[in-house]
Amino acid sequence: MSQPLLEVKHLRVEFPTRRGTLVALDDVTFDIAPGEILGVVGESGAGKSLTGASIIGLLEPPGRIAAGEIWLEGGRIDDLPPDRMRAIRGRRIGAIFQDPLTSLNPLYTIGRQLVETIQTHLPLNAGDARARAIALLQETGIPAADARFDQYPHQFSGGMRQRVVIALALAAEPKLIVADEPTTALDVSIQAQIIALLKRTAKQHGAAVMLVTHDMGVIAEASDRVAVMYAGRIVEIGPVQQVIHQPAHPYTVGLMGSIPSMESARERLLQIDGAMPRLNAIPPGCAFNPRCPKVFERCRRERPDLLQAPSTRAACWLVGPSSEGVR
Amino acid sequence: MSTLVEAVDLAKVFDVSPPWLNRMLEHKPRQYVHAVDGVSFTITKGKTLALVGESGCGKSTVARLLVGLYAPTRGQVRFDGLETQTAWNTAEGRALRRRIQMIFQDPYASLNPRWMVRDIVAEPLREHALVSDSAMLTDRVSELLRQVGLSAADMEKFPHQFSGGQRQRISIARALATQPEFLVCDEPTSALDVSVQAQVLNIMKDLQRQRGLTYLFISHNLAVVRHVSDEVGVMYLGRLVELADKTTLFASPRHPYTRMLLDAIPDIGMTGRARTPVQGEVPNPLSPPSGCAFHPRCPHANERCKRERPALLDFKGIRVACHAVMEGRIAVAA
Repeated sequence: MSQPLLEVKHLRVEFPTRRGTLVALDDVTFDIAPGEILGVVGESGAGKSLTGASIIGLLEPPGRIAAGEIWLEGGRIDDLPPDRMRAIRGRRIGAIFQDPLTSLNPLYTIGRQLVETIQTHLPLNAGDARARAIALLQETGIPAADARFDQYPHQFSGGMRQRVVIALALAAEPKLIVADEPTTALDVSIQAQIIALLKRTAKQHGAAVMLVTHDMGVIAEASDRVAVMYAGRIVEIGPVQQVIHQPAHPYTVGLMGSIPSMESARERLLQIDGAMPRLNAIPPGCAFNPRCPKVFERCRRERPDLLQAPSTRAACWLVGPSSEGVR
Repeated sequence: MSTLVEAVDLAKVFDVSPPWLNRMLEHKPRQYVHAVDGVSFTITKGKTLALVGESGCGKSTVARLLVGLYAPTRGQVRFDGLETQTAWNTAEGRALRRRIQMIFQDPYASLNPRWMVRDIVAEPLREHALVSDSAMLTDRVSELLRQVGLSAADMEKFPHQFSGGQRQRISIARALATQPEFLVCDEPTSALDVSVQAQVLNIMKDLQRQRGLTYLFISHNLAVVRHVSDEVGVMYLGRLVELADKTTLFASPRHPYTRMLLDAIPDIGMTGRARTPVQGEVPNPLSPPSGCAFHPRCPHANERCKRERPALLDFKGIRVACHAVMEGRIAVAA
């Protein structure tokens, strides 16, 4: 494997509140190689979007990075001053958000927004910037890009808007793309088009992609590796096939079993009883222990780190050299 | 097996014209959306019919027509042999409302935030005078809450104290309060996380088994539909394009749109598999295409498809609205 493009090391994000400090992300460690798509899944509130926001430097105050480091192409970026980070955002990190309507300015034509982004980051004159903008629109599959260039966001459908947002994210050839639920607001038939587009552009530009979504189907379709998050921590990480078909962590097992699949015709879905704990009530030991069917004494006392499981890495006391794994 | 619910040529047209003054000053025409346009189906007692389709295809409008929240522009709904539209306003209609209940998509919007769970679940009981005193009411409510996996102590709480999945259970408890025979569920799990979705779907299936409930289940998620339904209707721009039992529909989809949907949906079983990308988007319902509404996106469309609208016809045990299938232009995989 080549040198990772993005390295996140022991990231910890805290929200100080009047009633004490909430730890929203704790000890999150992963990396992404150039050209690789890493899927990040989990239920709402698991910390997936927060991880993305920390990387692009858009954590909402009072949230703050309390510990850990983020490295992009061998340089540390989490401690940069805001203006330096601003230069990186858009130039070296592109961002795609869930709702394409709110990521575009309704008062400017999409052409103007693209040209502005391009000229902010690249030394191009107006004519070249326009040519590049139209090329980007064509690349993202917008028909009649010439004519569409001068239209406003409201004149585009949801799927077309998301293509424009992807074009914006790609404008300065970023090395890393953080896509936060890029297909959630779209219809199913459009979803597939957007996923295919993301995959193709990532490959062509050699960009690394962090794909945040709660939709396991999208992850299965698009990503090379998956990180499963639960209560602010990564509980399992590994190649997509292995995580889906041979999960090691009981939470991943439950999560996969709870998804109705087109292929297996199970009469009853596997269900994980209860709900994910709130940030102010994360239990001691393994955060999943109150809902875990395989819980034992050690889980309630001691928190497991990511351990080597047969085909993935999982934060569970049942995996690792001293046990035979969950089956 | 008897038919419980029957929709006959159901249609709903919405007037979305600009205001009168604009029409006069700017010479804008009146505009109509045919949200549902001639939909017919039957649901057998104790079974689940699922309607699937993309946003704007009219599936939620069908749900609202069935429970009487909208009056149909054309056609009728029959429940247990009774024509509902005329019945709603009669004495029988009151009994009818008790037998038909609905579960809505968004559990954050469908529960009154100022009411305690006790009052929310008890409202249908009070409304239909099904309980006589408050002790009996408390008994009934706690029993209903237990049935959906909540505890009797939850009665004294407000909706904001519950998670999304728990709130959806409260709406199920409320829907069950009048002991209905028919439940219309409009995307009941779309707002929920997958692990919570599994809990809600399991409860719905258990209740169906225990009480012989009949469901109309609206969803855009084909995997969920496959899990819960007995029969599936696929809708596109206000019309049914295919209606078949679950096994047949998923094993050998006939209509090109059904095939496209099945192809398009990312599924955890399909890691990295290459497949044919779907072309185009749903047309604007204000100006639907001529002939078959799907023809601009259909790989099998010809002149006839652009001209003539196909009817929903019987074809080898299923019902499908497609010229290409009827003419045998589409090779059917075994």
